[in-house]
Amino acid sequence: MAAIELSGVVKTFGEITAVDGLDLDVPEGICLGLLGPNGAGKSTTMRLLTGQAVADAGRLRVLGYELPAQSKPARAEMGVVPQLDNLDVDVTVEDNLAVYARLYRVKDVGAAVDRCLDLARLRDRRRAAVDKLSGGMRRRLLLARGLVHEPRLVLLDEPTVGLDPQIRTELWTLIGELKARGTTILMSTHYIEEAERLADEVAVMHRGKIISRGRPADLIAEHAGRQTAEVYAPPQRLSELRAEAEAAGLRVRPAGPAIAIVGSEQASDGAVPEDAVVRAATLEDVFVLLTGEEAE
Amino acid sequence: MSTQVPPGQRTMRRLEPAAIAGVMSREVANFRTYWRGTTFSSVLEPLVYLLAFGLGLSATLVDEVDGISYIQFVGTGMVATAVIFSSALPSMFGTFVKHRFQNTYEAILAAPVDVEELVTAEMLWIATRSAVYGCVPLIVTFFWGLVPQPGMLLVPLFAFVTALGFAGFGVAMAATVAKIDQFNYVTALFVTPLFLVAGTFFPIDGLPEGVQVVAQVNPLHQLVELVRGGAFGYEWVDILRFAFLVFFALVTWRVAVHQMRKRLID
Repeated sequence: MAAIELSGVVKTFGEITAVDGLDLDVPEGICLGLLGPNGAGKSTTMRLLTGQAVADAGRLRVLGYELPAQSKPARAEMGVVPQLDNLDVDVTVEDNLAVYARLYRVKDVGAAVDRCLDLARLRDRRRAAVDKLSGGMRRRLLLARGLVHEPRLVLLDEPTVGLDPQIRTELWTLIGELKARGTTILMSTHYIEEAERLADEVAVMHRGKIISRGRPADLIAEHAGRQTAEVYAPPQRLSELRAEAEAAGLRVRPAGPAIAIVGSEQASDGAVPEDAVVRAATLEDVFVLLTGEEAE
Repeated sequence: MSTQVPPGQRTMRRLEPAAIAGVMSREVANFRTYWRGTTFSSVLEPLVYLLAFGLGLSATLVDEVDGISYIQFVGTGMVATAVIFSSALPSMFGTFVKHRFQNTYEAILAAPVDVEELVTAEMLWIATRSAVYGCVPLIVTFFWGLVPQPGMLLVPLFAFVTALGFAGFGVAMAATVAKIDQFNYVTALFVTPLFLVAGTFFPIDGLPEGVQVVAQVNPLHQLVELVRGGAFGYEWVDILRFAFLVFFALVTWRVAVHQMRKRLID
């Protein structure tokens, strides 16, 4: 049974279609990265899955429950880690966890709190108010709070957005541990590296629908080939090189101060400048080619 | 795993006590961090009114009203003032802040809690607090000769039900306004007039007939009369007054749930 089954899901806000005929299956036990630029519909999809938005059309089934009618029991079996820190800042770490253990109807609240404190490595700060914690500790606590009832499915909504690299790495370690336990994870992100490191499969979302999906390596092979050549030059020269490469049938994308000629292994002699930096193709190449957006 | 029910077969009811208790436990955990300030203002504010009007006017202008010493008249009426100040205002501002600034409701609604349970819990918590704060002016008035009566034991219940209604009113307003400063309109148009035309400081039968009619549908006036009933003797009409307060609470509860659902669920 798939943990999440969405078919033909549409959600509009006035004139804006946030989710546009979304089809998405997430098998149990995998980590699926929902990768897309800002405004792709990732957060709306997350809200649909938690019953905080109701689809205008389509079918949503989560852990065997039909949404929105059975959203409540579905939520009892899933955990959510939100994009924004919404911890109760004046309350202690353990009370933050205990409140959510009760909301999730956990029988042994004390044991659940202790388990989460260990998970978040905050046992020695259990009686500290949240506003006395560092940014990294708060994010670990937020993640642990979403796991207080040992959910079968976890929704991670941009779990590391706006965090510094050290905290991001800490969270990746925790998410990795969660994956290793076999918990199904749907993680929305617009960080390529995050999707590449954590996701078993990546679904690229753009303008409210999935435009490509697969294992990161397969997506790279399918859309970007084996290697990419990056050419650094003044803007005028880059424009000329881009035009030449495209005339030769190669796919080119902007890459900050450079251009990236994707699938450069297929280029004929002379099509790629000699001073180009050749590297293995990445998921970032795929993302930019498919969405037309700069990656982060 | 928190449940042994086979996948996809769990059922959950509306208005589950566990969900309501869970939301209230969050309020209690937070209240433990700020109860001193809230209690101080909730107790002091009605006391200032009680002393200013009760002692001030009784010493200069009014000796007694309907055979009751003026300070006891005001003291029993101040229960209603304490109730509206500790229910309508905290529910308006608290709900608005939790929703718009703290994203608290987004987190709670990600758990197996629905909007109806969330609103119910918020109202119950505020009403519980308010029922306690509402009794303070009555207790203080004992020091000015008010004699404790068995009928006063019902005052916390009256205060609770009235506060429930005003908490629902506050939650509904918080879900309706676009910006926090729009609460100024709510306070000026509803809270202050209700507070002044409740019969706390003067009997409403001295007011123009039209205002008297309006005062009859003012829940605070009904509360004032019920508290005075507890202190000086109930009448049969007090049953209708209590029924009106229950009706008021039920109506604002449903409006609050409706407005919050519109606000929280896209």
